[in-house]
Formats: sequence, C-alpha cells, structure tokens
Amino acid sequence: MIIDFRLLIEDHGTSTIKNQKSTIKNRQSKMASLVSHPDEVRVVSKRFGQGATSIDRYLELDGYKAVQKALGMQPDAIVNEVKNSGLRGRGGAGFNTGLKWSFVPKQSPKPKYVLCNGDESEPGTCKDRLIFEHDPHAVIEGVVIAGLAVGSHTGYIYIRGEYRYLSEIMQKALKDAYARGFLGKNILGSGYDFDVYWHGGAGAYEVGEESALMESLEGKRGIPRVRPPFPAVVGLWGGPTVINNAETLASVPPIILGGAEWYAAIGPPKNGGTRLFCLSGNLARPGVYELPMGYNLKKMIYEVGGGIPNSRKLKAVVPGGSSTPCLTADEVDVSMDFDSLMKAGSMLGSGGVVVLDDSTCIVKFALRTMKFYQHESCGWCIPCREGTDWLKKTLTRFHAGGGLKKDIDNIQYLAENMLGRTFCPLGDAAAMPTIAFVKKFRKEFEDHLEGKPCPFEKEAAIEQLPVMA
Amino acid sequence: MRFSDQFEQRFSEMLTHYPTKRSVLVPTLLYAQDEIGYLTGEAITEFARRLDLTELEVRNVISYYSMLTTKSRGKYNVQICTNISCMLRGGEDIFQHCKKKLGIGHKGTTADGLFSLEEVECIGACSWAPAAQVNYDFHENLTPEKIDKTLDEYKKKGTQ
Repeated sequence: MIIDFRLLIEDHGTSTIKNQKSTIKNRQSKMASLVSHPDEVRVVSKRFGQGATSIDRYLELDGYKAVQKALGMQPDAIVNEVKNSGLRGRGGAGFNTGLKWSFVPKQSPKPKYVLCNGDESEPGTCKDRLIFEHDPHAVIEGVVIAGLAVGSHTGYIYIRGEYRYLSEIMQKALKDAYARGFLGKNILGSGYDFDVYWHGGAGAYEVGEESALMESLEGKRGIPRVRPPFPAVVGLWGGPTVINNAETLASVPPIILGGAEWYAAIGPPKNGGTRLFCLSGNLARPGVYELPMGYNLKKMIYEVGGGIPNSRKLKAVVPGGSSTPCLTADEVDVSMDFDSLMKAGSMLGSGGVVVLDDSTCIVKFALRTMKFYQHESCGWCIPCREGTDWLKKTLTRFHAGGGLKKDIDNIQYLAENMLGRTFCPLGDAAAMPTIAFVKKFRKEFEDHLEGKPCPFEKEAAIEQLPVMA
Repeated sequence: MRFSDQFEQRFSEMLTHYPTKRSVLVPTLLYAQDEIGYLTGEAITEFARRLDLTELEVRNVISYYSMLTTKSRGKYNVQICTNISCMLRGGEDIFQHCKKKLGIGHKGTTADGLFSLEEVECIGACSWAPAAQVNYDFHENLTPEKIDKTLDEYKKKGTQ
C-alpha cells in the first residue's frame, strides 16, 4: 500500500501539473507545492503528485477497488471495519467514524444522506485542499462507501468557495465517475444507485460546523442548529445524515482494502492510521506531511519541519488549528494523537500545527486569533457574538499599550464564561486558545501594561491593527 | 437577466441535485457574481424569482457569506491573508505593502477600477504562507517583491 513517494514525485509531479493546466482553463496559480520526509506513511497522500485526478490514472492506482469490495459486504460489516480501524474524525472533533455511522437509523421514512465536509477554514489547516487537488476520486469513493454503510443513495461534497479550482477538479472527477458507472444508477452493476453531487460555499468559517454546513447546503445563512437531534438522526432536509471531513472519507477506501487491523496498527491504541499534519509558521520546512498518528511533536518540529530558522528558539505551538490551546516549548515532547493531546490540556483538532518562535508577541497572536473568531462568529447566540467582540476590543487595546492589570483576569474570565455556553463549538474555539495564552504567557501580558510599547514590535510606535469591517 | 450558457447549464443541472430549489442559492450567487462583478438589485430580484424566494431572503444569505458582495469591486480582487500562519511569516507586511502600492485600504478600490484590496481570513495556504488570492488564483510564499511583480502582471493584463 505504501509507496515511496519521493521516488515518484519528480517523475510524475510535473506531468500532473501540465495535465491539470490543460484541463483547467484560465487557471494561472501554481498548485500548492508538495514536500516529503522519510518518516511519512502515505495512506491518504499515496497518490499525491501522480496525476490521480485523471480517472484512468486513479484506476491504475487501485482506484474504485474499495467500492467494489464494499459492494460485496454487508452494511454492518463496513461499519464495523471502519469502527475497528480506530479512524477518528479528521475535521477536529476526533469522534470514531464507524461509531458515528452506526447512529444512523436503519429504517428511515426520509432519504438518508452523506455529506462530505470540505469547508476547510480552520486557520493553520490546508490538508483537504491537497486531497481535492491530487486525489478527488478518493473522496468520492469514501462518500460512496459511507453511503453503502448507512443505506444512503445520495452524497454531497461541499467545498469552500475560495477553493474554486478544486471545485472545478471535483466537478470533472464526478462527471468522469458517472461516465464510468461508478456513480449513478446501478453502480458497477450492483443494482445499487448512488448519486454524488458537488456543492460550493461562499466564504464562512462557521459553515464548517456540521449543522451550519447543512443550513448552508440548504441555501440559507450558515447558522448552527440545536442538537439533539443530531444529524445522524435528523440532518439534511430532515433526513438522517452522515457528515465527515474530506480527509476522514479519503481514509475509508484504504481501510476497506487494507483492513481495520492494518490501519489501526499504524497509530497508537484507539487512534488508528495516519494524519495529514499541516506544518506552518516559523519552521524551516513548512508543508503538509502524512505521519502516523501519535508521532512525537518535538520530532515533527525539529526533524520533519526542519526546526526553527534564523537561530530563533521555539516559544509555543498551536497543535491542531487556531482553536486548540497552545503548548509551550517545554510541553512539546508529546505524542500527536487525540488522547495524548487531550491529556496535555490541548486538542489534536484539524492537524494544523502552527509553530511560533521567540520573536512572536503572544498578545498580538492572541489578538489575531480573536479577530478571526469575532469576524467569523455568525451572531446567532449572544455569548459568542458579544464575547468575541469584547475580547477583540480588550486585546486590541491591550496590545496597543492601553491595558490595565485587571484586564488580564478579565480576558480569562470572559473566555471562561463563553465555554460551553454557545450553540456550537465556535464560542469554545475562540475561548480555549485565549485561556491558554493568558494562563501560559501571563508574563507577556504583564509586559504590555501601563502604556509600555509592545516589546516585540520592531518600531516603538505601534500602528493599530487594521480592523475588519 | 442573461448569464452565460455555461452558467445556465450548471444552474438547471444543479436544480436537479436537491429536493428543494433554494439549495442551489449559495453556489449560484457566487457563479453569478463572477459573471457580473457584484450582486446587483436586478440579480437579487432575478434569483428570488427563479428560486421562489423573497428578495429579503436572498439578501439575508448574501450578507452572511464574506465572498458575496452587493457593491462593485475592482477587476482584480487582491485578498491578502493575515491570519496566524501568514502573520508569522510576514502577511501583515504584505498587506501594508499592497495598501501603499495600490493607494487603497481594506475593501477599497482603485480609481481605475482595476484593483480592490481586502484583508481576508485563512484561505487554506498555511503551509505556503504568506499567501494571497487574486480573484481565485493563489499566490504563495510571498515577499513584497513577489507581490509587486504579481500586481504588475495583473495591471498589464488588465490594461491591455
């Protein structure tokens, strides 16, 4: 299953780019560049750089074999295989995928749906983009298998609006899959009908939340729904709906082909398989690397990511996208799996590893994080709408030198009062990192007090950060 | 209102993909905006009519999504990401540089109507930061020199 990717990338990388350039007219931007490291285990990324957007190439590389196998399996057997593989949601929550599928009722008067969440927008995360870019059929295949497992006949692949070129790639891939009989009526002569459609967003982080995603797909504002009932019971247009992240679904075909045992053994117990880690920030070799679940974070920073450049030292790491509490330089000797990070007081989240060197001002970083959540809060519930706005204003004033000592506690107090009090996890996502910044870097907040200029700013005069409309 | 054949084909095909008409609304508005520049009152009336919605319902949706706009924009919408991963690698400098170069601020448009500038949230280019999108095209691993060159190229293309 595992291909030595470094040998292939030079041969196939350029031809893929040429192929795609000819198929996607008017696309001037280069594709995101690929990286590799000997410690990588390529399961989801095994076809990256190999031209697998072409259905023929995909078929050469074991494409649609998993669907074929799944068609010969009982739905419960598919669910159990995925459950036993230890595959957990790659969007951030880390819920066991097979278990999630098992919540879908067998009998339903309303149609059941599979919804692929490709609204990737968590700051620090850029992995689904590569999957759509290099291996769109793997996502389609994952959607079909999820459909077979829960007895659905319709799937949707939702891709964020900014990823227009990926929407073009996906729409073409779907067309090709229909033309070859992998989608539509009587797929692969099995008697089973399955349709998969593309759907596009138009710029909204909140829509990555599963219930807001369904609202958006139904043509509305992306506002979260009250749960319960959970989407597995009442989802799209009231029908039971399985919602999985694109990386989760792309992990399903290899599990069906390689078996649960093989996949589970790649990672530590209850954390099966691999993860696409998006390394970004102050690193010598940022990039998206597929590493076994449970890979050591310190090693990831210093060996895979090439360490901190410019003779700087590590200050902190945001281990799983902007919503996860940061780890200090002393806390990075940790296994990157859901349970270990939970134990370390953070979360594995969406796999976005953001590395901060010692030239970074934590107050400014906290402010930029909060600015994002304030901008993206849908405004539906008050603790999130007011809390993010208040926190942004306080942090802006604080960073500009107008902070008071009591503000530090107040920032923490406000954030703690948002936790668990919002309709959806966006409020928590804004609060959790903020609490960690204050708790772990209190000294830096104190260094900004009483009109002192930000100690990290190059010039003494601080230009106020532009405020977004 | 008349849109391109490709638009109409996609629109009528998409209508068959969902049990409700209004489900096509968000992607349709974005594709329409790409053709006409921004969502005019006429376009809002048109899609409300086509999808059996009120104009208010359409406007409510437009105001939610940050890519949809009811105001005119430059031919090239320069979107600079300054979110955390880009910030750590100089995204703010790129944004400031563009402000100076184009002589406009956040959500401003140049007098010749060629460029708009926008500070945007994460565009999914974190590992290739700092990054920007000009319309839908990604430009990554930016430096002030690189964005200069990029903007000059667009300017040349736009004034030809």
